Amino acid sequence: MSRPLHTVVCLKVVPKSEEVQVDRESMTLDRTKARSEINPPDMNALEMALSLKDCYGGRVSLLSMGPPFVAAYLRMGIAMGADDAYLLSDRAFGGADTLATSLTLASAVRKIGGSDLVLCGEESSDGATAQVPPGIAAWLNIPQATYALSIAVEEEGFAFVTREIQGGEEDLAVPLPAVVSVKVGVNEPRFMDIDRLHNADQLSPVSVWTAADLDVDPGAIGIGGSPTTVAGLRTATTGGGRRRQVLSGTPDEKAALIYEEIMRYLGVTTPAT
Amino acid sequence: MPESLYGPGEASGIWVFLEHEDGEIVPVSRELLGKARELAGRSESSLTGLVMGNDVEDVAAKASRLDLDRVLTVPHPRLEPFTAEANSFAAAAAIRAQRPDVLLMGATPYGRDLAGRLAVMLQTGLTADCTDLDLEPDSGLLLGEVSGFGGDILAMIKCERRRPQMATVRPGVFAETGHRRAAPAPIDTFAVDVPAQAVPVRVLARRKHHGVDISRAGRLVIAGRGVQGEMSLVESLARVLDAEVGATRVAVDEGWIGRDRQIGQTGIVVRPGLAIVCGASGATQFTVGIDKAGLVVALNQDPEAPIFEQADLCVVEDLFPVVRALLARFESEGAMPS
Ligand SMILES: Cc1cc2nc3c(=O)[nH]c(=O)nc-3n(C[C@H](O)[C@H](O)[C@H](O)COP(=O)(O)OP(=O)(O)OC[C@H]3O[C@@H](n4cnc5c(N)ncnc54)[C@H](O)[C@@H]3O)c2cc1C
Ligand SMILES: Nc1ncnc2c1ncn2[C@@H]1O[C@H](COP(=O)(O)O)[C@@H](O)[C@H]1O
Repeated sequence: MSRPLHTVVCLKVVPKSEEVQVDRESMTLDRTKARSEINPPDMNALEMALSLKDCYGGRVSLLSMGPPFVAAYLRMGIAMGADDAYLLSDRAFGGADTLATSLTLASAVRKIGGSDLVLCGEESSDGATAQVPPGIAAWLNIPQATYALSIAVEEEGFAFVTREIQGGEEDLAVPLPAVVSVKVGVNEPRFMDIDRLHNADQLSPVSVWTAADLDVDPGAIGIGGSPTTVAGLRTATTGGGRRRQVLSGTPDEKAALIYEEIMRYLGVTTPAT
Repeated sequence: MPESLYGPGEASGIWVFLEHEDGEIVPVSRELLGKARELAGRSESSLTGLVMGNDVEDVAAKASRLDLDRVLTVPHPRLEPFTAEANSFAAAAAIRAQRPDVLLMGATPYGRDLAGRLAVMLQTGLTADCTDLDLEPDSGLLLGEVSGFGGDILAMIKCERRRPQMATVRPGVFAETGHRRAAPAPIDTFAVDVPAQAVPVRVLARRKHHGVDISRAGRLVIAGRGVQGEMSLVESLARVLDAEVGATRVAVDEGWIGRDRQIGQTGIVVRPGLAIVCGASGATQFTVGIDKAGLVVALNQDPEAPIFEQADLCVVEDLFPVVRALLARFESEGAMPS
């Protein structure tokens, strides 16, 4: 049997991608008009952390880097059953690429006092790099397991992870502490406890940390610590170049039109009907 | 900002990480070589294929016939089975010693695991999941094109001061050129010692699904949630069209079809000549996977569905009667030319 686990879950609040606007002048994303949500796979990571706690006991901490409004989403995580929450919020963190983001999150994990597991989502729907979890692992110099489908901690000091690889799965024995990223959809995130939501601030107020609270080189975070920069933006020609021809008629007539188009596309003349 | 381990002035050459499986170089690595050759030509750089693993002689010999200037092997027993920790340790040693300017890898699970760890170890920039690669006109810097900014907007990302410039590219983004060398390329070996503590993770078991590779399918019939599990209908249409069946993630999550057929950001980028998309809403995470298709036919009963922005033929209709009628039509007209 295993000892209680301390898990840190990295939650990113993302704009619903279809609602994001791009400011072409400043080459930045205008997220003000977009509604937000917790990145879906991060919800699966949180559910996994909570069920590990149900199983082995211990504690679940939430960690996010983002603007102040993210605190409201962390309170939802508290309402689902997390024990404490840390929000890294400072203009100095802004504009971070994966190198600076993973350093900032790793520094916060250190400041929290370390943990047995750092759980992340497999990738974020806006950043979509899947590179932050391996980055955190590298900064902390601990092992990683990505695209996890399940985690068990039956043996002291080891996580047994089943994870997805190209065209298959593999089972890993990962010594703790470790970073594990979780596949989207592997579980059904539990509902919030409404009483806990109303009392979230009494239960555990979100700790807000700025750059000064972390033991990190100010030159290594945010835009200044990000080696990659945007060289330019352009509009996709793909998709935009599609015909978008709306077919009319009955279902049978539409099917006939599709048939003709397919035959024409494939270079086959259709018999006159 | 902390410096990378070497700078632009000390860096040269383009490296492509050649991922291999069961003794074969995986498709995405071969696809990358075609693009890398073009970039190497434009920047007058040499092109190296990096082969890591245990018994790599066979793979290296195969690699030496591909369109590259040199194969670099980094052999060690502890590099197989693949773990990100061991492979990043060995790759970082080779990169520090030989200082490539550019390092490209496939955005497969292993490639992404390795890239994310390596970028931090080398203190350099990584552009993930590029949909195209280019060189900036005056500077010659690598430009990685990335989407994921809400669909229509693409950003070109560069890494000015640190080296190597790293990028990953998803399978199917580039077409394989098939160019081969008449005489095999020279094979160099980089000797590295991988200590036991560099391999903390034990691989207990590995199971392959031996599924299909839809990235190469010429025609696809794609099922979304709207198909409501009636896969036999979609499969019948695929059969008469001599097509493969693909799916959105919802269809996969529902268990209607295997994960090896999932298309999109976390699935596969496909480039069929013809794609018939049945009952998919057209979320960006899905449509990035069909951008490169030829003729796209979309069936959805919701006229507002975003999939219609990405389609050549838009069929605003309950998909079932239309697919049945189309099926009947193909069946009565006889076999499809392939
Ligand atoms: C990090 C991340 C990665 C993701 N990666 C992927 C990915 O790789 N691939 C992917 O596909 N998704 C991916 N997704 C999920 C994606 O955002 C969408 O949720 C998904 O693509 C929707 O699938 P769908 O279109 O089948 O279902 P829905 O969005 O539910 O759409 C179903 C559509 O069917 C239509 N319909 C219903 N019944 C009928 C009928 N009888 N006739 C005609 N039309 C009908 C409806 O009008 C609706 O538009 C990802 C999400 C995240 C957060
Ligand atoms: N700003 C952030 N705050 C907290 N977690 C993050 C942040 N960015 C990325 N992550 C975590 O890293 C995962 C992968 O993100 P990405 O590498 O951007 O695709 C996400 O699912 C989160 O768990």
